[in-house]
Amino acid sequence: MLAKRIIPCLDVKDGRVVKGVQFLGLKDAGDPVELAAKYSEEGADELVFLDISASHEGRKTMVDVIERTAANITIPFTVGGGINSVDDMKRILRAGADKISLNTAAVLQPDLIKQGATSFGCQCIVVAIDAKMIAPGKWEVFTHGGRNATGRDVLEWALEAERLGAGEILLTSMDDDGEKKGFGIELTKLISQSVHIPVIASGGAGNVDHFYEVLTEGKADAALAASIFHYEETSIAAVKETLIQKGVAIRHE
Amino acid sequence: MIGVIDYGMGNLFSLSKALERLGYPYEVVAEPEQLNTYSGLLVPGVGAFGDAMRNMQDIGMDLAIVRFAESGRPVLGICLGMQLLFSESEEHGLHKGLGLLPGRVIRFQGERKVPHMGWNQLEIKQEKHPLLAGVSPGEYVYFVHSYHVQVERKEHLLADTDYGYPVTAIVAKGQVAGMQFHPEKSGATGIRLLQNFAKQCEGVLS
Repeated sequence: MLAKRIIPCLDVKDGRVVKGVQFLGLKDAGDPVELAAKYSEEGADELVFLDISASHEGRKTMVDVIERTAANITIPFTVGGGINSVDDMKRILRAGADKISLNTAAVLQPDLIKQGATSFGCQCIVVAIDAKMIAPGKWEVFTHGGRNATGRDVLEWALEAERLGAGEILLTSMDDDGEKKGFGIELTKLISQSVHIPVIASGGAGNVDHFYEVLTEGKADAALAASIFHYEETSIAAVKETLIQKGVAIRHE
Repeated sequence: MIGVIDYGMGNLFSLSKALERLGYPYEVVAEPEQLNTYSGLLVPGVGAFGDAMRNMQDIGMDLAIVRFAESGRPVLGICLGMQLLFSESEEHGLHKGLGLLPGRVIRFQGERKVPHMGWNQLEIKQEKHPLLAGVSPGEYVYFVHSYHVQVERKEHLLADTDYGYPVTAIVAKGQVAGMQFHPEKSGATGIRLLQNFAKQCEGVLS
């Protein structure tokens, strides 16, 4: 049976993993390649790197991170952040990433999804959507790290992304992100049942029950989390073990 | 020495690195006339079947791979690379493949999401095959594909996986083999499978 995936996400700035610390900004959390290897050992099914470097120099270091990661781990990984052209995609895929994730750039130039899918195959184009509830059962797409409202409906955008050739959707519920009170079940279920490509749920993981909810009731194909794993509130192995006990299809050794 | 074929379709980096880690000498090869110098070939590939065949035909790589296989040396196709080994594909029109294995590549049928993406379990059909040495039924490997192979002859099917119905995962006919999933992205199980292939290549040398 196809397993549900547990995916840790790493924020990378200028070649280093960073963690947000409340009121204090960002804190260095080590070498992305070491952390990637650790997560892979613990049973992560995939990894996502989000490059939050602001500078051109910072972005260049990402290529080195990708090359070293690809040389050290044997699970797939996705790279997102600052990818604006087919050339950017090529650079990142050539360095050894398996998929690239487009967020703001895809909203601004939807044709980028199509170009990427045609050039590299739809399996490596992930469209990331930041969604905020605006009315019961209705969500709006936000861009630029959740700062800009677009006026676009999340469901319509997800369907369009699929039509343009996206192979997967990474769906973040902004209302739940950082709250640790659970994933956006209603949102995830709506999108996952409407599109015919896999949906990764993101935002809100606080404990293992939240993973269970979103992978069953929420119909997600995969669940992504960052801080819960970074701060070692729980481990990937512990999450997976509990999910297996509850009867969810999960990869194990 | 293993030759990893570069015909402009896909990511050779992870595969090369996996071989490097295993300690098997390899080279990335883009010239068909060079193939003869290798003890085994890896045919990787992601993307569309028709584009891949066209790229190969443009440089004469298709014929070179067929000739190589006819010499009795091991060939392993991975993902799209496996599909290319078969007679034909229905992906965006009908395209002829390399024809080293009889069978057809078709689109997923039914309600399931496409691509079939993620970790799925191997159901082993021929447990004594050397390519499967050390691999147990139920082990997980990483798939990502929208089309799959229908083998014409059962004896070529080494393992399949369940995605609503049985989906071809590993095939072999003599020294020509294919894996629909990505062994280089499939953790310890994938590494073992690559190692088994590399051992076949070594056997040819000795």
